[in-house]
Amino acid sequence: MTRAHTSFVIGAVISGLVALSAAVSLVWTPHAIDTLNVAAKLQGPSAEHLLGTDQYGRDLLSMLMVGARTSIAVALVAVGIGLGVGLPLGLLAARRGGVLDEAVMRFNDLVFAFPALLSAVLITALMGPGAFNAILAIGIFNIPVFARVARGAALALSSREYLMAARVAGKGEVRVTLEHILPNIASLLIVQASIQFSLGILAEAGLSYVGLGAQPPLTSWGRMLNEAQTMMAFAPQLALYPGLAIIITVIGLNLLGDGLRDLTDPRLRRRTA
Amino acid sequence: MAHFLIRRLISLGLTLLLAALVVFVVLEVLPGDPARLMLGLEAREDTVQALREQMGLNRPVIERFFVWLGGLATGDLGVSYTYSVPVRELVAARLPVTLPLALMALTLAVALALPAGVWAASRRGQTTDTGLMALTQVGIAIPNFWFAMLLVYVFAVTLRLVPSGGFPGWQAGPGAALTALMLPAIALALPQAAILTRVMRSALIDTLGEDYIRTARAKGLSQRAALWGHALRNALIPVLTILGLQFAFLITGTIIIENVFYLPGIGRLIFQAITQRDLIVVKSVVVLLVGLVILVTFLVDIAYALVDPRLRRKA
Repeated sequence: MTRAHTSFVIGAVISGLVALSAAVSLVWTPHAIDTLNVAAKLQGPSAEHLLGTDQYGRDLLSMLMVGARTSIAVALVAVGIGLGVGLPLGLLAARRGGVLDEAVMRFNDLVFAFPALLSAVLITALMGPGAFNAILAIGIFNIPVFARVARGAALALSSREYLMAARVAGKGEVRVTLEHILPNIASLLIVQASIQFSLGILAEAGLSYVGLGAQPPLTSWGRMLNEAQTMMAFAPQLALYPGLAIIITVIGLNLLGDGLRDLTDPRLRRRTA
Repeated sequence: MAHFLIRRLISLGLTLLLAALVVFVVLEVLPGDPARLMLGLEAREDTVQALREQMGLNRPVIERFFVWLGGLATGDLGVSYTYSVPVRELVAARLPVTLPLALMALTLAVALALPAGVWAASRRGQTTDTGLMALTQVGIAIPNFWFAMLLVYVFAVTLRLVPSGGFPGWQAGPGAALTALMLPAIALALPQAAILTRVMRSALIDTLGEDYIRTARAKGLSQRAALWGHALRNALIPVLTILGLQFAFLITGTIIIENVFYLPGIGRLIFQAITQRDLIVVKSVVVLLVGLVILVTFLVDIAYALVDPRLRRKA
């Protein structure tokens, strides 16, 4: 097995497990997390509570599972926004060129100047805090990322003979793009999506931590860290688990992305083979 | 070069103008009535009317935008509604925390990453390289604010070596002030350093594969001399690019980290302003930070053109 395979497999296993535990939490968690049981607060790990309980007596493992759901949902929808808007923009810029291309590139520069946190500040000032803000802020920042990747990749393909052949055969621009360009840049987009997904998990955590993202009663890993901060001196484990969950997930996604990139890039395949 | 510079300057001006427009539209046009948004639905009509008067909301939108823009250009950022103090003074009071913190973090990140990257590249494929790269994978995945909480727990709560938060002010002496900024700077710097180390390593490995390095080696230069004399300088270009791109993350990281350490910097100013719905402060501070990101991107662009004449022609 090559190194690319190893990265891919480890990354896929980690990401799969995190996604699975988030999915399972939809129907089952070891304990309900919406009932407070102050009598059982800040317990250590036990058979009853594998990771112990928080300051309100809620089961930490169950919280982590439900938190995974929010973190994944936010990052996933944000990637969807980036792809949904950025991909057509990038393809259009590459196909049309000229003024439109210039306009898309300048738009990219502009959006890049608004990191997710600053967009979230603006959106929160306008509409109040919430998970939706985090999605929007991270999603907006993803748009130029995908636009740039799609544009670059499409431009690199533009002089290929098979595109010319498709046009000569009478296919319109839309069909050429959908049938010939898109499949050829898909692997690059998937790799970028996995990178943006892991950055989205980190960004969601940061936004929820400072209070601009998920709000109670919604739980996310960032939200858990926000609640853990004042408890640091007595119960550092409250901050430890969500932090580790974020790190493991992000490493998993990054390995998956690296592995995918190496496996889909023939130049690298030859080098590692 | 002059042509390149003029084009870039025009594009800089345009981007700054558009960024200001975006902030203005979000905070002054979309809410319909910003004064009502700031004061809440329960506020009395005459109070809202007075704030509208103070913010100049009775004037046409376009006029308001240009008045605000003129103010930004001359350093007049308006008067905070909650503090009744010019926003410029609020910002000036907080910059001595945020700016040194960001600079300390940046310096530390570069000081760690460049040697580490060179070291890994020169030992490519060896255990030390693989180990260091695994470490950077973890570094990239660590949320800086979580790492900050961990540092507080270890060095402030458990070992009691440094204060767990707060800022004594520079008047307490540079020693005390720098000590207060030390943990936040480390928390900010390490994840950044992880990214930079990887970039430095791969850029150096790429340049080491270039023909001119082979030529240098064929002339009899040792691998070490070729690396230091030829490859390193060329490998610094991508590192500079990433450093420029990372600037936005440095700013937002600083804002978040200030929260962990209760530092009275720009970050706390923004979050207090949001809680108090002081849109005047939010608007000006966000536009300042966005402007700073745009300006740094511009300077980085100019810097590469100076370093690499090929880029001038391409642009």
